[in-house]
Amino acid sequence: MIQIDNLSKKYGAITAVENVSFTVPEGKICVLLGPSGCGKTTTLKMINRLIPPTSGRVLIGGRDTAELDTVTLRRSIGYVIQQVGLFPNMTIEDNICVVPDLLGWDKAKSRKRAAELLEVVALDPAKFAKRFPCELSGGQQQRVGVARALAADPPVMLMDEPFGAIDPINREAIQDEFMRIQRQVRKTVLFVSHDIDEAVKMADYIALFNMGRIEQFGTPDDLLARPVSDFVANFMGNDRILRRLSLLRAADIVRADAPRPDGGPGSMAPGDVAVSPGDDLRQVLCLMLEQGRDRVACRDAQGAVVGFVHQRDILVRLGDNNATVA
Amino acid sequence: METISFVTSHMDLIVHLLGQHLYIVFIAVGLAIVTGVPLGIVAWQYPRTGRWILACAAILMTIPSAALFGLMIPVLSIWGQGIGVVPAIIALFLYSQLPIIRNTHAAIANVEPALREAALGMGMSAWQRLCKVELPLAMPLIMAGVRVATVINIGIAAIAAYIGAGGLGSLIVRGIAQSDTRQLIAGAVMISVIAIAADYVLAFVQRILTPKGLVKLNSLSMKEATS
Repeated sequence: MIQIDNLSKKYGAITAVENVSFTVPEGKICVLLGPSGCGKTTTLKMINRLIPPTSGRVLIGGRDTAELDTVTLRRSIGYVIQQVGLFPNMTIEDNICVVPDLLGWDKAKSRKRAAELLEVVALDPAKFAKRFPCELSGGQQQRVGVARALAADPPVMLMDEPFGAIDPINREAIQDEFMRIQRQVRKTVLFVSHDIDEAVKMADYIALFNMGRIEQFGTPDDLLARPVSDFVANFMGNDRILRRLSLLRAADIVRADAPRPDGGPGSMAPGDVAVSPGDDLRQVLCLMLEQGRDRVACRDAQGAVVGFVHQRDILVRLGDNNATVA
Repeated sequence: METISFVTSHMDLIVHLLGQHLYIVFIAVGLAIVTGVPLGIVAWQYPRTGRWILACAAILMTIPSAALFGLMIPVLSIWGQGIGVVPAIIALFLYSQLPIIRNTHAAIANVEPALREAALGMGMSAWQRLCKVELPLAMPLIMAGVRVATVINIGIAAIAAYIGAGGLGSLIVRGIAQSDTRQLIAGAVMISVIAIAADYVLAFVQRILTPKGLVKLNSLSMKEATS
């Protein structure tokens, strides 16, 4: 758990971050979102004290981090940056083992850990462990960056626009990959981003920053459906209603239809379009509009029809601002 | 022809002078690495002091060698070392400072800020960051400075013969005094040859000391630049 308590940073007369407070529960991802210069990165760097706070406290697991010396603190926090920052003079394996080596782990144990982590980030250890960073693509390098941050199994990870420099197609892939890893490792993650789609996709909580303050803190659905100010509404975009749909899966609103005159109960009619239960409703609605249909079939991985998604059910969901999306 | 017969008939002398020459140069450059690399790091760490360090090293370089040897005679005479090997080593040591300090400074300054941030953010101390990241990455450029210093000093050491430091310069000094072209040419050619040889040897050392990952990085970016 990370508690940020009244954190401020002043540079002379300029206030970069002002009285920021929020709490991220254990194992959750909180995205710090906002335009450039809003204080999100400064806030992140005050947590591992790369930037010393002017006032306020940061508590990790209930413990005030000011009590720890900076080196000990940083070794207990995973850190991933946009430029990756793999050391070009070290092999992939040695890069992953930087923190374990600093902590004085047994070499055999840390190298074994590196191989495990390469598996976790979907890189073959036999192929990649002994290579150098320059031999990897940008996306592969950032996977290694994530593995390196996980090496000493820190409870907390700080990620500063980690996927910002990766092309859109690979970015999607690495985001999905990271979500899969996160389900496995359950870290408390603070993630800086300026990309709303990324935030909505990854966040359990979003802290939306504006001019050094938190404009709104809440779940992605809170910010999309119940913005507290014009700034939040504008920042989340005019299409925030559609974005909200991306939080829901077809499985959430699928239902078995009554028997139809032209077919058996709940079976697909010729020409029916099918989606899978994991597809988000934004995709499903797009498909409906594209195909000019008001319902689509939902089929599981085996191809069996589990039910139908109706356009009017989607519209009902959209109209309901208080629906809790989990 | 005459020069060759001079060299073959005076092999013992020439080998002796060559030994003296290399001794002076390598002691001076060795000491200069010990002081120059830390000074270069300090110059980067503390930019205000750094400007002074770099300026002083540059001024040293502009003093003509004959003048520097002359200036040191009265000073070192206090300890009875006005002429000979000691002032020669001191002069060469001073001339080595600029290439080594400047290259170390530039090399450390060239380390990508992202690498520094990653190193800090992962909990390296300043010392660990220097030893594990900055110095390995700076090594090729530092070694380039050492090569320049060595080659310059092999040339300057010839002049140290005038203050009785010995070395291959003695052949040139005597060649001029006795109007003996054989000695003059033998000395000059030998000095050029060892300057070139030293540069090759140090280039090899530079390759060994360059981290493998950097060699690959450089060859990859070369390929990109040419394709």
